Amino acid sequence: MVPVNYYIILSAILFTLGALGVLVRRNPLIMFMSIELMLNAANLAMVAFSSVNHSFSGQIFVFFVIAVAAAEVAVGLALIVQIFKSKHTINVDDVNSLKG
Amino acid sequence: MHLSETISSGFLFLAPWLVFLPLIGLLVNIVFGGRMSENLVGGIASAFSGAAFAVSVLLAYSVSLAHGETLRWTLAEWIHIGDVSLDWTFRADSLSTTMMLVVSGVGTLIHIYAIGYMHEDVRFKNDPARFRRFFVFLNLFIAAMMILVSGDSYLMLFVGWEGVGLCSFLLIGFWYEMDTLARPSWSNSKAAVKAFVANRVGDFGFLIASFIMFWAFGSFQFDAVFAKAPEIQTGVILAITLFFLVGVAGKSAQIPLYVWLPDAMAGPTPVSALIHAATMVTAGVYLVTRSAPLYSSVPEAQNIVALVGAVTALFAATIAVGQYDIKKVLAYSTISQLGFMVAAVGMGAYVAGMFHLVTHAFFKALLFLAAGSVILGMERGHHHLAHGHGGHHGETFDPGDMRNMGGLRKTMPVTFWVYMIGTLALAGIAPFAGFWSKDEILLDASHHSQAVYWLLTIAAFCTAFYMGRQIWMVFFGEARHEAAAHAEESPKVMTVPLMILAALSLLGGALNLPFDGFHNLGHWLGHTLGEVEALGLNLQVAGISTALALLAILISWLIYGRKPLAKNQSDPLESFGLLFKGMNRKWWVDELYQFLVITPYVKISHFLADVIDWRFWHDWFHETVLLGAYNWASAIGLNVYADQKGIDAFANWLGAATQRLSAATRKVQNGFVRSYALSVFLGVVVILGYLLLKP
Amino acid sequence: MNIDFILFLVLALAAIATALGMLLSRNAVYSALFLVLNFAVVAVFYLLLGAPFIAMAQVTVYAGAIMVLFLFVIMLLGADELAPGKALPWQRPLAATLAVVLVIEAAYLLLARGAPSGLVTPPTEYTNSTESLREMALALFGQYLLPFEITSILLLVAMVGAIVLAKQEKGGRR
Repeated sequence: MVPVNYYIILSAILFTLGALGVLVRRNPLIMFMSIELMLNAANLAMVAFSSVNHSFSGQIFVFFVIAVAAAEVAVGLALIVQIFKSKHTINVDDVNSLKG
Repeated sequence: MHLSETISSGFLFLAPWLVFLPLIGLLVNIVFGGRMSENLVGGIASAFSGAAFAVSVLLAYSVSLAHGETLRWTLAEWIHIGDVSLDWTFRADSLSTTMMLVVSGVGTLIHIYAIGYMHEDVRFKNDPARFRRFFVFLNLFIAAMMILVSGDSYLMLFVGWEGVGLCSFLLIGFWYEMDTLARPSWSNSKAAVKAFVANRVGDFGFLIASFIMFWAFGSFQFDAVFAKAPEIQTGVILAITLFFLVGVAGKSAQIPLYVWLPDAMAGPTPVSALIHAATMVTAGVYLVTRSAPLYSSVPEAQNIVALVGAVTALFAATIAVGQYDIKKVLAYSTISQLGFMVAAVGMGAYVAGMFHLVTHAFFKALLFLAAGSVILGMERGHHHLAHGHGGHHGETFDPGDMRNMGGLRKTMPVTFWVYMIGTLALAGIAPFAGFWSKDEILLDASHHSQAVYWLLTIAAFCTAFYMGRQIWMVFFGEARHEAAAHAEESPKVMTVPLMILAALSLLGGALNLPFDGFHNLGHWLGHTLGEVEALGLNLQVAGISTALALLAILISWLIYGRKPLAKNQSDPLESFGLLFKGMNRKWWVDELYQFLVITPYVKISHFLADVIDWRFWHDWFHETVLLGAYNWASAIGLNVYADQKGIDAFANWLGAATQRLSAATRKVQNGFVRSYALSVFLGVVVILGYLLLKP
Repeated sequence: MNIDFILFLVLALAAIATALGMLLSRNAVYSALFLVLNFAVVAVFYLLLGAPFIAMAQVTVYAGAIMVLFLFVIMLLGADELAPGKALPWQRPLAATLAVVLVIEAAYLLLARGAPSGLVTPPTEYTNSTESLREMALALFGQYLLPFEITSILLLVAMVGAIVLAKQEKGGRR
């Protein structure tokens, strides 16, 4: 028997780690993975609530999130490939022509 | 519903058309007149004026069906502030409909006459394009005069009062760049300005009276004011009535503001007939009659009004004796006759005053129009001569100077006969209209005040004399100028209105004969002014006035008729020396005003313009004080320390600071997507922190 | 301190460790593999929470399809390791500080404020049965039919978008 709080705290830690990944890594692929991690953290929280409340809604929402994440990854990776084609690098610090 | 009720309430709705019909006429002429023939332009103007006459007849009929009750028709709300409400209301009672009938009836005849007159006038003055403008102004005048007489409050009366003043100004200055009275060029426009300024002085009196009235009565509406009059202090009413008298003196050309009317003869003759004889100048008489309940409550004001009228009547009559210009004689005669009316209404003889107003409108319009016919006849003769001999254009020729006339009886017979009728009516010979109305005034005066009676009687004597003089000089004897010898009669369009007016002058006395059962006008006006006891014919008064008139005509025959003036012969009256010179020079009143008012005014203006404005204000204050102080201040360092190092430096600093700030903030937009993400993250943390710390 | 709690603790540590591994690995391939592990651990959590269907979806879609895609792109672009950059030197410490603050804030919010109560009970026989799955399917295709269909359209659009982006331009286009 585990209190639901623990799941929530775990979810928060994973989310923060994901956010940290987006902030500190320069490889867009890893940044992308971090975003997936953040989505996962959120999913975890939702499934935990779903379990406590004995409701399917949380799980169904997670299902939708997974579908959206798949779509996002498909488009995002295609974009990264396009950037690599035109810039010959994928380092996000080198993609900074939109500056003041 | 009764038939009479239907009709009496049925015609009242036409009241606004009194004003709008002439306005439609002038709009038609303004918009389409340029492509229409002269006859059509004049015809339209006359038709719409005639339509206004028809409306007046229907309104008068409605009033008579309503047994003389006052009928009102509110057209529009005008000013509503708090509990003050001023509406544009038309008032039809026996007094106002009488004025409407005179204005639109005589006005229509003059419109028709003007078609013929202006046709030739614009050609003698080489500007046919002005024909249309004349009729536009004429219709505008009819509209304004209708507003004046149909208003149900002093305010609406004042609107019309100002409107007719404007029309008078426009029409006196109709040939603004010319001169019709043989004086320096542009003097027509000066005459117009003179009329306007003199009327402004009168309007000032009217305005002051209105202010006092509103302060004391809280209303402008006639009946409301009259109903409250008994509660108001006599002093206040005295002030109102005397300030109204100033307005009357301006509009109806009484002493001391009459000086504009003779100069107003600069306008075309139909204008002189319509505005400056028959209608507009009687507005003052109408005002006093309309305000009868106010004047009747203060005998002092009545006495002053009567005296002003009587003195004006005699004073102007004496000046008329000494004039050579055919229209000026009539102009002073008009002032004199207006004096009769003002004296009458001043004595409380409102019916007599209104009666004389009506008959005077007939015969003075007739005389002016006939004089216009004479002048045009002279012009035609002159024109004929100029074309016949070729060299007469450079010569200055005054077609209105009676010394150039003579013998016109033969060349202009119709004009002669109608002029004779008008003269006899004006001179007060029975049974012409003027006899009955003038006698009624004299009879009232003999009951009221001996001074006024004798002033008016002597004025009547002078009237007969100067009219006799005019007749002998213009129509009898031999032509003293070739133009007079070649004068031609006027066309039918002019002579037919003359004949109609002549008939009215002959029969107009029947309106109010001094016999029992024939006081028709008195009875009619009694509905509005209160029934007065009608005076019968007094043989003594009538006898004296008729005898004096006949005597005056006899004297004039002895002087001018028996031995007609020869060419270039001076007036026989000049042997009277200073007396005649005074009459001829209008008793030096213009010179007196020049000395008393105009010269000091010009001097003060010069002083204000030169000394105060230019030397003190411009030279000293602006140039010396302000500019000097400014130069001094900049010399001691304002420009360096205050301007350059203060304001300028601040402005520069502001600009530079903005640049630096933007250069710094620009770096935030560094293009690193991670940096932007960090900003978002920071935002999340801060917002979450705020939610935490929020109590 | 029962067996459930110990299991949770171990799994939680594993999840955090794999997440950190993903975060700190220099090589992108290692990061991807760490993430697969992480997803697997989370899938176990889903099983513990009584959501077997989601757990399976997690493994097949996330750990399977998506991560394969990642690995494929990493290898395609040869982006497994990047040269160390000098840009934004203060980004890293600042981000770390903010992350710590965020965790504290989140924990405080969750625990001190509206702390959700309740215990997570181990999955029963019912939750792992086909009855439960059927119930969820009924909800998905009944109550949530419209979102489901919209999601399918979204996937279609994403597919078209990915094809358009990745397509090699042949003549004409540029």
